[in-house]
Amino acid sequence: MTAETGDVLSGLKIGEKARVAGFDLPPEHRQRLLEMGLTVGAEFEVVRFAPMGDPIDIKVRGYHLSLRKKEASGVRVTRL
Amino acid sequence: MAGPAPAPDAPTREVTRHVAIAGNPNCGKSTIFNALTGLRQKVGNYPGVTVEKKTGRFFGSHGEPMELLDLPGSYSLQVRSPDEAVARDVLLGRLPGVPRPDVIICVVDASNLERNLYLVAQMLELHIPVVVALNMVDVAEKNGVVIDLMALREKLCVPVIPMVGTAGVGFIELRQAVSRSPLPAPTICAQMPIVLERETMALAKQLPVAPEVARGEALLLLTLHDEALDALAHHDRTIIDLTRSTQQRLTASGIDPLSAPVDARYAWIGQVCAAALHKGAGHDSASLSDQLDGWLTHRVWGWIAFLGIMALMFFCIFTVAQYPMDWIDGATAVLADFVKAKMPDTDLRGLLTDGVIAGVGGVVVFLPQILVLFFFLGILEDTGYMARAAFIMDRLMSKVGLHGKSFIPMLSSLACAIPGIMATRTIENRKDRLVTILVAPLMSCSARWQVYAVMIAVLLPSGSAWLKAGIILGMYLLGLVTALLMAWLFKKKLLKGETPMLLLEMPPYRVPSFKSIALRMWERAGLFLRRAGTVILALSILLWALATYPKPANADATPAEALAHSAAGRMGHAIEPLIAPLGYDWKIGIGLIGSFAAREVFVSTMSIVYNVESNDQDTAPLRDTMLGEKRADGRPVFTPLVCLGLMVFYVLAMQCISTVAIVRRETNSWFWPLFQIAYMTGLAWIGAFIVYQGGRLLGFQ
Ligand SMILES: Nc1nc2c(ncn2[C@@H]2O[C@H](COP(=O)(O)OP(=O)(O)O)[C@@H](O)[C@H]2O)c(=O)[nH]1
Repeated sequence: MTAETGDVLSGLKIGEKARVAGFDLPPEHRQRLLEMGLTVGAEFEVVRFAPMGDPIDIKVRGYHLSLRKKEASGVRVTRL
Repeated sequence: MAGPAPAPDAPTREVTRHVAIAGNPNCGKSTIFNALTGLRQKVGNYPGVTVEKKTGRFFGSHGEPMELLDLPGSYSLQVRSPDEAVARDVLLGRLPGVPRPDVIICVVDASNLERNLYLVAQMLELHIPVVVALNMVDVAEKNGVVIDLMALREKLCVPVIPMVGTAGVGFIELRQAVSRSPLPAPTICAQMPIVLERETMALAKQLPVAPEVARGEALLLLTLHDEALDALAHHDRTIIDLTRSTQQRLTASGIDPLSAPVDARYAWIGQVCAAALHKGAGHDSASLSDQLDGWLTHRVWGWIAFLGIMALMFFCIFTVAQYPMDWIDGATAVLADFVKAKMPDTDLRGLLTDGVIAGVGGVVVFLPQILVLFFFLGILEDTGYMARAAFIMDRLMSKVGLHGKSFIPMLSSLACAIPGIMATRTIENRKDRLVTILVAPLMSCSARWQVYAVMIAVLLPSGSAWLKAGIILGMYLLGLVTALLMAWLFKKKLLKGETPMLLLEMPPYRVPSFKSIALRMWERAGLFLRRAGTVILALSILLWALATYPKPANADATPAEALAHSAAGRMGHAIEPLIAPLGYDWKIGIGLIGSFAAREVFVSTMSIVYNVESNDQDTAPLRDTMLGEKRADGRPVFTPLVCLGLMVFYVLAMQCISTVAIVRRETNSWFWPLFQIAYMTGLAWIGAFIVYQGGRLLGFQ
């Protein structure tokens, strides 16, 4: 995992904005994220973490989507 | 359903059009469905899946009757489980008994247009006329979103009707749009990359379906991942192999068949939005929602709010619902007394009072509680708090392999498993939903109270209130821990496979609509009474007959003797070897059998067995009799270990026919409720065995 370097979704901090760069996820999961609008190039913002630190709430395409750190660590991003 | 003499505008007139309504979760689809059909709704199941099939009748702009089919709310037509295949199969017209819709109403949340258009993009590929119901324009407007209708219509090339579902705005235009004749099929859809398009068309030519749907079908096939492709039932191997080789060719040429169509659709949506969606001035009411979330999902305040809301819910369930429950109890008693006074003492009277009235009354008495729970669940759902509860609880639930959405159904089951099980409908994943349904009845519901209360009185006739409370709390914890353990086990062993990922949409907070909550309460309560009612009635009669026949030869036998002589009494004897290791005698066996349909009946059955006049308020006479009960060798029957074991038994055993009926309905199969009875009864036996034998090994009585 490259969470420390901050180039995956789970490594972002609250308020940070980024763009999806790619996925390291099984095809089915990748497809579901894509369908929810998290396509390569889509911009999003990390809004908050749940009280126990997981899942992560992000704002993408104008709505709020939560996903677990496990999957979020498979979403490569470029910070904006 | 054709009426005998087709009178104009009569609701029985043959339907002229089959309309399907689809949309993302939370877009207001149910609101529009309900407003169109009113109470002219029918709820059933599709064969073989757990998805509910809801249809309703409505009238076009010239009074022509149309049938409206509610498709399950989903974000896409992509199929990942048999349940999700329903929408696709309906739209492709290959679900037996369900005609292919003539037109789809695609409900779209205007305040969340971009993502909502994804489903529209998929619909447009199916070559069925589409009418876009652009709902929640009021919210969009408040958020400062300006939607250029002309541009949107031009880009989509289908009718777009701006609507406010909750305020009745746009329904006339919607009716007009679906009544239009002829309805043009969509002409525009997202353009795929050239290589993909070519391969799609090549595959489409091979498909045994009508040429106009072939492209859409081919695209849906190509985007299936391996497992789903294998599970495909509608096509023979050659088609599946063909799809697979096409997928491989695409991958080789650098196009990922699973993601390329999605990207293409979103690219097209980007163009549509660029032309039709403008961010105008105006304050973002979504930011208010954000601020609220700052508190309600805060790491300290979030928990406090969460606990407060749950506590309030349970407080209301147990206080507010108590009054009507007492009334129903009273009315049942009055009715039974009335029948007793008016009828001669015959078997028929017994059937009516002890079978029908007592049996059905015993279930109806829980209706107020169920309704209050539905009311709260409705508020939680409609305000959007349900998603927050799932967000907060997800981490904890993930430890047993479930996700946050399973929490509220399980919690509701602390009052009654029936609304809890019905609330699992918000869990999209079939396996998660099934596991939640399977373990929900392990949570100690309020009907168990009556058993706990009697047994604790026998166990500790003079114990301190604190000790009693502690033991009852222990029973609740036992139920909870077992439920979580079993959930973990089921996820691990029974329904294994890849754990689905959590994708939770957090809709903005909304003011709930009491009308829609009331409608849903009405619908679910009706469902419960109808589905459970028949089963309960039948079983109450059966159990009454078991406890009555055959009759003792001696006419003036006491009720206790008569019961011992009856089939139930004999069954009590018959199962004695089975329950002897738990320390139970045949009389307790009768209690177990008698309370099979409803656990709280244990108390009244034991009263009959021991020949005591008892009522719910005062358990003292029953307690004293039970305490004095001796075995043949003079040892007391109800030793502390037996009492504790019985309580554990009732924590873990299913013993509720209403739940069986609801599980049967919600899983659309008899297998799961029967499995549930088996595993819970097994657990109950093991639990009681461990308490009794383990306790004896440790030297307790
Ligand atoms: N402001 C506003 N709220 C709406 C509108 N349509 C539906 N709602 C509310 O949105 C929530 C979700 O609606 P519902 O019909 O349950 O959505 P479904 O999940 O798509 O069936 C409910 O609280 C409705 O009262 C609308 O046009 N405007």
